[in-house]
Amino acid sequence: MSFRIIVLAKQVPDTRNVGKDAMKADGTVNRAALPAIFNPEDLNALEMALKVKDSIPGAEILIVSMGPGRAAEIIRESMYRGADGGVLVSDRKFAGSDTLATSYTLSLAVKKLAPYHLLIAGRQAIDGDTAQVGPQTAEKLEIPQITYAEDVVAVDSSSITIKRRLERGIEVVKSPYPCAVTVHGSAAPCRPRNAKLVMKFKHARTLSELQEETKDYTEMRADRPYLNILEWSVDDIQADVEKLGLSGSPTKVKKIDNVVLQAKESRQFSSDEKDIDQLMKELIASHIVG
Amino acid sequence: MNNVFVYCEITEEGHVAEVSLELLSKGRKLANELGIKLEAVSIGDDLSHVPEEVFPYGVDVVHLADDKRLFPFTTLPHASIITKLFEQEKPEVALFGATSIGRDLAPRVASALRCGLTADCTSLEIGDHTEAKAGKTYKNLLYQIRPAFGGNIIATIINPDTRPQMATVREGVMKKEVAENAKQGIVQMIPVEEFVKPEDFVVEIIERHIEAQKINIKGAQIVVAGGYGVGSKENFNLLYDLAEVLGGQVGASRAAVDAGYVDHARQIGQTGVTVRPKLYIACGISGAVQHRAGMDQASMIISINTDPAAPINAIADYYINGTVADVVPRMIKYYKQNSK
Ligand SMILES: Cc1cc2nc3c(=O)[nH]c(=O)nc-3n(C[C@H](O)[C@H](O)[C@H](O)COP(=O)(O)OP(=O)(O)OC[C@H]3O[C@@H](n4cnc5c(N)ncnc54)[C@H](O)[C@@H]3O)c2cc1C
Repeated sequence: MSFRIIVLAKQVPDTRNVGKDAMKADGTVNRAALPAIFNPEDLNALEMALKVKDSIPGAEILIVSMGPGRAAEIIRESMYRGADGGVLVSDRKFAGSDTLATSYTLSLAVKKLAPYHLLIAGRQAIDGDTAQVGPQTAEKLEIPQITYAEDVVAVDSSSITIKRRLERGIEVVKSPYPCAVTVHGSAAPCRPRNAKLVMKFKHARTLSELQEETKDYTEMRADRPYLNILEWSVDDIQADVEKLGLSGSPTKVKKIDNVVLQAKESRQFSSDEKDIDQLMKELIASHIVG
Repeated sequence: MNNVFVYCEITEEGHVAEVSLELLSKGRKLANELGIKLEAVSIGDDLSHVPEEVFPYGVDVVHLADDKRLFPFTTLPHASIITKLFEQEKPEVALFGATSIGRDLAPRVASALRCGLTADCTSLEIGDHTEAKAGKTYKNLLYQIRPAFGGNIIATIINPDTRPQMATVREGVMKKEVAENAKQGIVQMIPVEEFVKPEDFVVEIIERHIEAQKINIKGAQIVVAGGYGVGSKENFNLLYDLAEVLGGQVGASRAAVDAGYVDHARQIGQTGVTVRPKLYIACGISGAVQHRAGMDQASMIISINTDPAAPINAIADYYINGTVADVVPRMIKYYKQNSK
C-alpha cells in the first residue's frame, strides 16, 4: 500500500486586506469584489504534506476541496506545487453548510479515498476563523488529531512526530496512522510552483470545466489520466442529504445586524506640533497619561 | 440535567484558567436567567484544589476527572470524557475558552454529539426565536453573538434543535466576577476508567516547553495599537517608543499581524485579545468590527489616521488627522519635555 496523504484545502475570499474598492456604500463588504485565494494556512498544510512526501518514497498527495466549480483552481495550484491529484466535492446541496455539515461531507470524501495515512489541513480558513472543520472531520473519521502543527520532526512508515505551536509554547507529539494534522500559519510557507509541473498539469480539469472548454482535448486526455480532476456530488459520496447544507447544520443565523457606530463627540486635531502639544497637555492635566 | 456547563481548563501552573473563571461568571448569569444550575467540569491530574477555586463563582456542581494520564492535555481522552458526561447530563449550554485547548476540544465534542458550536463569541444572551415557516417558537435559546465577515456586521447564531448549545469565548471578553451568596457546591468524581478507552492514549507527548505569558496587553492601562496604516515593521518602533514613555503596551490589528509587522500575541479583537484600558491610541487602524470587538470598552480612544472617514474615528474621543510617522514622534517629544 502506498503512503497516501490527503490534504483538505479551501478557496476563500481574501479578507485580509479589504481595500476601499471592496466596500459598498452602506459600509459592508462586497464579497464579489474580493479576489478568491488559496486559504493561507492550507498552503502551509500543503507544504507539510510535500515535506512528508519528500521523505517517504512513493508517497502520494491528494487534495480534497469542497466548493463551487471554480475551486478546482485550488487543486490545480496544488498540483503545480507537487500534489498528485485531487477531488472537488461540489454540489448545490452543500450550500449553507456550517462546520458540522462541512466536516460530514469532507469525511465521506476522505473515506472514499481510504486507506490513507495522513489527513492534513490548515488550522482555519480566513473567512470564518473557526478552526472547527479539522477536528470535526477527524472525529467523524474516528482518527486522532494533532492541531496547530508547526513542523514535522520525524516521519516513517508507522508514525509521525509533530511539533505543535501552542499559545504559550511548543509541544512535540507522536501519533500512529491514520491521523489528522491541522497546520498553523507559523509553519513553513509553501514552496512555489514548479515550472515542469505547471507544464504537466496546466490542462488538468474537472468534468464541468471540460464542458465549458472550447477546444477539444479528449485525445490528449485519453493517455494522460492525471489530467482528470475528480468531481464528486452528493450521490458520489453517498451522503445523507438530511446531514448536508442547511438541514444538516445545527447552527442557524438568526439575524445579522449592521452595527451603527454610536458616534461620540470626537474632537479633531491636526498633526501640527501646536495641536499635538495641546492634546498632550490636556491628557497630562487630566491624568489620563503621566 | 439540562444545566449550564463550563469546561474549566487547567493551566500549566495547575490552576483553573482565567478564561474559565470568566466563563463561570457569565455561566452563572445565564443559569440564573434560565432558572437552572451551573456546573463545572475539570479534567487533569491532582484536582483537589479545583472546587475551592470555582465555588466562589456560584458553581452548583463540579465534575472532576482526576487521573495521572489526563495532564498534560491530549485531545482524545478529554473529548471522550466530555462527550460521555454530556450524553449523561444533557446540558442546555456548554461553554469553552477559545484557547489552544478549547479550540481543539470543543469541535471534537460538538461533532461527536452532532450539535452546533460557535467560535469566538463576543456576547452571549438568552432570547426566543420563531421559525416563520413552521410557525414554531423556541423559548430561551442561547444567542451566540459574533462579528461576521463583511463590513460592520454582527451575526446572532442559534441552535434551535440540538443540545448542548455550545460556544467558545476568548479570554478577556467576559468579566470575571464572584457570585453573590455563593455556596459550597457538590463535588462529583467522574469514574475515569469507564469514560476513556485505551485507544484514547495513542498520541504520545514527547516534549513540552510552555513559557509563562510574556506579553500582557490584557491588563495594560494604556494601549498603543498599530494597524496596517503604520506601514512597516520599522515604523512600529515608534509605537514601542510611545508605549514605553507612557508606560503602556503595544497592540495591533490583524492586518498588521498578517503583514508581519508584529507578533500575533499582540493582536486585539475578536480573534485576539480583548482589552479595557484607560487609554487606547489607535494608529493607522480603520476600525473594522472584528477589531472594535476587542477594544471598544476602552475609557478613552485616540485615533491617528489619514482618513477622516475611518470608522474608528466615530468611536474616538480625539481624532488626529495625520500620518503615524508625523504624529507619534511629536507626542513622544511633548511628553518627554513636559511630564514629571
Ligand atoms: C473571521 C475574522 C476575524 C477577524 N479578527 C480580527 C481581530 O481579532 N482583530 C483585528 O484587528 N481584525 C480582525 N479581522 C480583520 C478585520 O476585519 C480587518 O481586516 C482588520 O482589523 C483591518 O486592520 P487595519 O485597520 O489595520 O487595516 P486597514 O483596514 O487596511 O486600515 C488601515 C488604516 O490605516 C490608515 N492609514 C493608512 N496610512 C496611514 C498613515 N500613514 N498614517 C495613519 N493612518 C494611515 C487608513 O486610512 C486606514 O484607516 C478579522 C476578520 C475576519 C474575517
